[in-house]
Amino acid sequence: MSDLFTFLTRMGDNTLVLGHRLSEWCGRAPALEEDIALANTALDLIGQTQMWLGRAGEVEGAGRSADDIAMLRDVWDFRNLLLVEQPNRDFGHTITRQFLFDQWHVAQLDALTRATDAPVAAIAAKAVKEARYHAERSAGIVVALGDGTEESHARMQAALDRLWPFAGEMFQDDATDTAMTDAGIAPLPSTLRPAWDETVRATLTEATLTVPEGTFAHAGGRTGARHSEHLGHMLTQMQWLQRAYPGATW
Amino acid sequence: MPRPAPAPVPGSRADVTRPRARHATPSTDAALLDLLATIPDPEIPVITITDLGIVRAATLDGTTARVAITPTYSGCPATSLIALAVESRLRDAGLTPAIETRLDPPWTTDWLTEAAHEKLRAYGIAPPTGATRPRCPRCDSPATTEISRFGSTPCKAQWRCDACAEPFDHFKCH
Repeated sequence: MSDLFTFLTRMGDNTLVLGHRLSEWCGRAPALEEDIALANTALDLIGQTQMWLGRAGEVEGAGRSADDIAMLRDVWDFRNLLLVEQPNRDFGHTITRQFLFDQWHVAQLDALTRATDAPVAAIAAKAVKEARYHAERSAGIVVALGDGTEESHARMQAALDRLWPFAGEMFQDDATDTAMTDAGIAPLPSTLRPAWDETVRATLTEATLTVPEGTFAHAGGRTGARHSEHLGHMLTQMQWLQRAYPGATW
Repeated sequence: MPRPAPAPVPGSRADVTRPRARHATPSTDAALLDLLATIPDPEIPVITITDLGIVRAATLDGTTARVAITPTYSGCPATSLIALAVESRLRDAGLTPAIETRLDPPWTTDWLTEAAHEKLRAYGIAPPTGATRPRCPRCDSPATTEISRFGSTPCKAQWRCDACAEPFDHFKCH
């Protein structure tokens, strides 16, 4: 399996899994506007998935479409971050997960617009505008809820405490990353950390939230070595139709 | 007595691909573009796909029409409907469609034509201007408030006019 294919599935699996998670809110969000916002964000992410996984299929050259890659793989072939597969829990967890991801996503996509690989640069240029919009919104809500009522503050702090150990995986380098950096395609993940730390901590401070201490980071999602127990359950929902009726089309 | 085959469901693949010729066959690239300029956006039917600025190339190659379309938002559900509408219209004109999705350069709201801005405003949607606040498309007041950053389609946000109190859609700058 080529490094470029792995890289493309990492990008596409992040947006696929997070997009699906957000779609789980459809019809159930705390307010109509939030329901629409979450569904729209999900739609953007699924659209980006089609581009990333579609390109992955082309690079692989085995005739797989984006749908094939999304719907016909099981947990061990997914390369998304553990952060994005974490369950929605409450709105505070959903928004905190989104905020931590969006801040990384914008920086990553912004760097990818300068990739030497033309298709990667084109997809990134398309996606970064959408990601910026997501990032503005999630940061705004983090501040509103963190610096909100006693109840909203407590929920946001609990979400941050739970999700913070999943943030570190975004900045871990491996051989695939080195190959992508050497090819002039993607930045080395660790190089994105200082700027991310700065903006994330500034927003969390404004939100009167306390950044957890400790540097422990869960890992295993983007390498596929060990996903959390939540991804398998999610896939049984997301892939239900293809599992029940293999090869169904309409 | 055998029953006649049912008519294909409108918009289905069987319907789109059946042979017919209801539009004059264009003979020049300009005429091809004119033909595409009759296709409405499925979500905002007052503007056409050429008003929207998503047709990036349209050339004739014998009876094959090569058309490049760029998506507005990457997840916009209208994208596949638009491709189907283009395919259908080209077949109606006796052409063989060759439709390509082209990502680069990415679509921005700057690709909307001036005519599209006017049509949107007349339809009750504030066009994208880059201003901090869109003017109310009904009473033209500059005093407006954002209700939600997202709306009924990926390209729109929900706003309210503080002067006439009417809610309205704002076509987001993108």
